[in-house]
Amino acid sequence: MALVILRRLAQALITVAVVLTLVFLLFSVIPGNYVSSLMAEKRGVDPAVAARIAASLHLNDPTPLRLWHYFVDLLHGNLGVSFSTQQPVTEMLSGRIFASVRLALAAISFAIVTGLPLGYLAASRQGRWVDGVAMVFAVSGLSVPAFWFGLLAMYVFSLQLGLLPTFGYGGGDLAHLVMPALTLGIAPMALLARTTRAAVLETRNADFIRTARSKGMSEGRLVRKHLARNAFVLILTMIGLQFGAMLGGSVVIESLFAWPGVGSLLIQSVGLRDIPVVQGCILVIVLFFLAVNTLVDIAYLIIDPRIRYK
Amino acid sequence: MLRQLRRPNLAVGGGIVVLLIIIAVFAPLIAPHDPIHDANLMYAGEPPSTAFWLGTDDQGRDIFSRIVYGARIALTVGLLVEMMNAAIGIALGLSAGYFGGWWDEFVQGLTNVMLAVPTIVFALALMAVMGPGIPSLLVALGLTDWAYSCRISRAQVLSMKSSPFIQAARTMGYGPGHIMLRELLPNIAGPLIVVATMGVGSAIMAEASLSFLGLGVVPPAPSWGSMLAGAREQLIVAPWIAVFPGLAIFVTVLGFNLLGDGLRDLLDPQGRSRR
Repeated sequence: MALVILRRLAQALITVAVVLTLVFLLFSVIPGNYVSSLMAEKRGVDPAVAARIAASLHLNDPTPLRLWHYFVDLLHGNLGVSFSTQQPVTEMLSGRIFASVRLALAAISFAIVTGLPLGYLAASRQGRWVDGVAMVFAVSGLSVPAFWFGLLAMYVFSLQLGLLPTFGYGGGDLAHLVMPALTLGIAPMALLARTTRAAVLETRNADFIRTARSKGMSEGRLVRKHLARNAFVLILTMIGLQFGAMLGGSVVIESLFAWPGVGSLLIQSVGLRDIPVVQGCILVIVLFFLAVNTLVDIAYLIIDPRIRYK
Repeated sequence: MLRQLRRPNLAVGGGIVVLLIIIAVFAPLIAPHDPIHDANLMYAGEPPSTAFWLGTDDQGRDIFSRIVYGARIALTVGLLVEMMNAAIGIALGLSAGYFGGWWDEFVQGLTNVMLAVPTIVFALALMAVMGPGIPSLLVALGLTDWAYSCRISRAQVLSMKSSPFIQAARTMGYGPGHIMLRELLPNIAGPLIVVATMGVGSAIMAEASLSFLGLGVVPPAPSWGSMLAGAREQLIVAPWIAVFPGLAIFVTVLGFNLLGDGLRDLLDPQGRSRR
């Protein structure tokens, strides 16, 4: 089992390295770097000083060598310096990761608390009107543009009813979290409802459920001991994928609600072409995705003994 | 075939998509005003009325006309992007499943990389390099969302590779190209059409999101996403600016998702639980 976990971790690390290399090569196409952006701002930088900075940052080296330096710096926890604010990227990110993860946790909790019961309800009334309504609701949730939903929520709950603040972080109080979290959670909720319904229906027709029922097991015990446990493996995959992708998926919502997270920093930096910050944000988003999904993989090993022996 | 129209998903989804195509094609006949040049600050921020059915935006342009013309951008981007993604995904998935070996390992590794970076983030990075505009949008979205169709086609090929009709084709001396395109592809087309239909919807959503952020279609072109970009600041005085373009995105994406669901029931009955 330890070997399997090590293998998963190695795969995740390779994926991170490939993504970072791709992003690095992509941005090495853009002309301009830290020094040229300094010069462009006309802050009266002496050309000799500029040349020295360029040399110390390895800016004139060929691309493969710069890639090497980038990875060496990365391993030392150095993500470079922002073009626009001259701040170290690690410093800019560290303040924002917590805000993003907090938003993602709130959104996935909302999705789980609403999506799971909805999907289960639909499956247990398969083909009846409850099922129909639930699935129309789910496909609508998948199709609604989250930023539009957020705009409408802002109009209704902030401007008309005055119940919630329009946007911002508000020093971390709950009221500011509600609307961004619900908006971000809509699509995962809809997907979870569909996945739960499909998983329950699929598991319900499995042989071991028929066996358990035919030996006279009570319905409640059947659901708890067999159905829930087996359907949960499928549902957990979906939760892991949705939660892992949330830091990246929240870029639009963070911008709409002026939420000070990694996503809104990414959008700002893309607008400014502040490449070290863009690279740093992508690193955080990818690491989060891989960390969540590796944890889910390890959780399988614990929940489902069949996977352990494959 | 006509009986299939009784399935509500297929009928509603197909109806929405056909209606959209008609609106996009006949946009000049339907729209009462010019979507770009009829800006008149005299009429800025007018609420819906008989003259301006859905109201006007902050520059006095007719929102209804802009939404009608916006269907052209949404459908063009959606269809072209999904065609690129489907071509990449199917080519990689077919060949990976058929040849196996190191190529399969490589394609699977690449797919995992694409899945680890959310499409919108990859597209943002590409847009940062290429700058905004429809051509870069097509490249950015068309190169980044093929992982799903790649996985499906690979899995389908694996399940079909050793079946008698493929062995027969091989015995008859056909090469890998013929077997992949003429024998395998038609037999795995069902699930791929379903994935592609829903892919058009997500491409339209991605375009709207990027344009909303100001990194997609450049104003004054009437993209539904960029119409919403300024809506937050106008929300108190002119909420209709926020309502209708978003409704257009919602109905369009819903149409493609319903059509995909309906096509799955029709073409891929076993795959109902796959997504």
